[in-house]
Amino acid sequence: MADIQTYGQNSGMKHTLLRGLLYLVLILFSVYYLFPLFVMVTTSLKSLTEIREGSLISLPRVVTFDAWDYAWNQACVGVECSGIKTFFWNSVKMAIPAVLISTMLGALNGYALTKFRFRGANIIFAMLLFGCFVPFQVVLLPMSQTLGRLGIANSTTGLVLVHVVYGLCFTTLFFRNYYVSIPDELVKAATIDGAGFFTIFWRIILPISGPIIVVSVIWQFTQIWNDFLFGASFSSGDSAPMTVALNNIVNTTTGVKQYNVDMASALLTGLPTLLVYILAGKYFVRGLTAGSVKG
Amino acid sequence: MGASSSTESNLMASLQRNLSKIVVAPSFAASLFFVYGFILWTAWMAFSKSRMMPVYDWAGLRQYERLWQMERWHVAIENLLIFGGLFIVICLFLGCLLAVLLDQRIRAEGVLRTVFLYPMALSFIVTGTVWKWILNPGLGLEKMMHDLGWASFKFDWLVNSDFAIYTVVIAAVWQASGFVMAMFLAALRGVDQDIIRAAYMDGASLPRIYFGIIIPSIRPVFLSAIVVLAHLAVKSFDLVIALTGGGPGYSSDLPATFMYTMAFQRNQLGISAASAMMMLATVMAIIVPYLYSELRGGKKNG
Repeated sequence: MADIQTYGQNSGMKHTLLRGLLYLVLILFSVYYLFPLFVMVTTSLKSLTEIREGSLISLPRVVTFDAWDYAWNQACVGVECSGIKTFFWNSVKMAIPAVLISTMLGALNGYALTKFRFRGANIIFAMLLFGCFVPFQVVLLPMSQTLGRLGIANSTTGLVLVHVVYGLCFTTLFFRNYYVSIPDELVKAATIDGAGFFTIFWRIILPISGPIIVVSVIWQFTQIWNDFLFGASFSSGDSAPMTVALNNIVNTTTGVKQYNVDMASALLTGLPTLLVYILAGKYFVRGLTAGSVKG
Repeated sequence: MGASSSTESNLMASLQRNLSKIVVAPSFAASLFFVYGFILWTAWMAFSKSRMMPVYDWAGLRQYERLWQMERWHVAIENLLIFGGLFIVICLFLGCLLAVLLDQRIRAEGVLRTVFLYPMALSFIVTGTVWKWILNPGLGLEKMMHDLGWASFKFDWLVNSDFAIYTVVIAAVWQASGFVMAMFLAALRGVDQDIIRAAYMDGASLPRIYFGIIIPSIRPVFLSAIVVLAHLAVKSFDLVIALTGGGPGYSSDLPATFMYTMAFQRNQLGISAASAMMMLATVMAIIVPYLYSELRGGKKNG
């Protein structure tokens, strides 16, 4: 940390002025980052007439949750007009199994690749790692045909499979990097005591994996919940996840454009991941950096 | 006794080793099929005569020729260069600036960090939706400025085919710059304090300390950030769909949206596959040298 306080030659007035300027700039940036959230929330609480009359930054004169209610229960997604709630539950039904399975497999892989290393383990890891970087456009066409042949096209099961397969590379990376830093002696001692592969995993490895499990779950949850490409490509109608439904609501051209409903739907789509971020931001950031910077 | 128990433990040990292979095998098989197999599959489709349905008759480079003859593909490539270039440069600048500002022993640093980074938790579809509303020429920012008394203010980029791609830059920068800040902030905190102190003793000013010592010493983070951002840019899809739908016309198409349109709306599977291969090649050109140097560097360090 280098800062003005420690290294500044500026004393007295100049120093106070600089600090003030610093805070001013930071506050201006905060306004920029918070502006869209502010607009989303206020717009979702206004009536349509008020939206047309007022401006983007005006506060709602009368706070109404009608748009939220409408978005949840009545908004039209395609031809179906039963609100976004069905799709919200689709996303839940897709995300929970996909997150759990990919995290569990990642933990086992990471453990096997570091603590019971075999010849070629590094090559296998490198090959798995590559999957993190593949632009998914390159697997879309074969995937849609494979899902069709498996009979799980346009289903939540299909999407779970897709998310598990392409999430594996990330979860394996997380756990592998975490377990590499755990001393091998721990496992060796247990082996000498006669503990087997899975006993060691359950009794020794899993109990110390808390932080990385949290990272993996958060990363996978946000990735899967926020995914649009796979959802749009491999689901249709009733089976679509939340993001696809939101896009449908917003980009329908029929009828009067209900901006307040659009914003309420967007907030409903964003709430789960926002909550996760607020509750476990530290782990979220760790996941971001672990997913991007290789160790 | 010694001999038998040692063969037994050898057996156990070999089983243990095999168990480890058995555990990894399904994931490995899945990645062989779903990643490598699918890449070959797509590559093959790109060499086939596929149009509406996949057919696997060899057509040589025909699909690539058709791809590169398409005006729309050229627009997509050009847009990627504009979008990617601006996105990377602005994110790096903003991220670095914010990190340096936050590095000054700021009160409520945690709150500010949370504020700068939260867009990253949102789906690109949500980001696209809200920016589409803000940039809406009739009701959004433009109207706000008119209401504030700036009657001549005009901001119709969203529906202007010459500028639509820049609105994608605006939204993408808003979403990703906080993440770059987080990367830089972590790096700044890791800079050796002694060097800074020494420079200060020599009478260097704070800006000189930053520009001369600190920022050059976190060069590897710049590289990582550029790689991550470039990778994000090539894959950008959701944001464009939600914000402009690739429009007006196809003026804000990127390769990712081009590929999707060809595959699922225009029934041009061969062209779609060829464009996907071009995207893969681009990402590989960025990622492979990076990973290679990272992994080699990792070995060197221990």
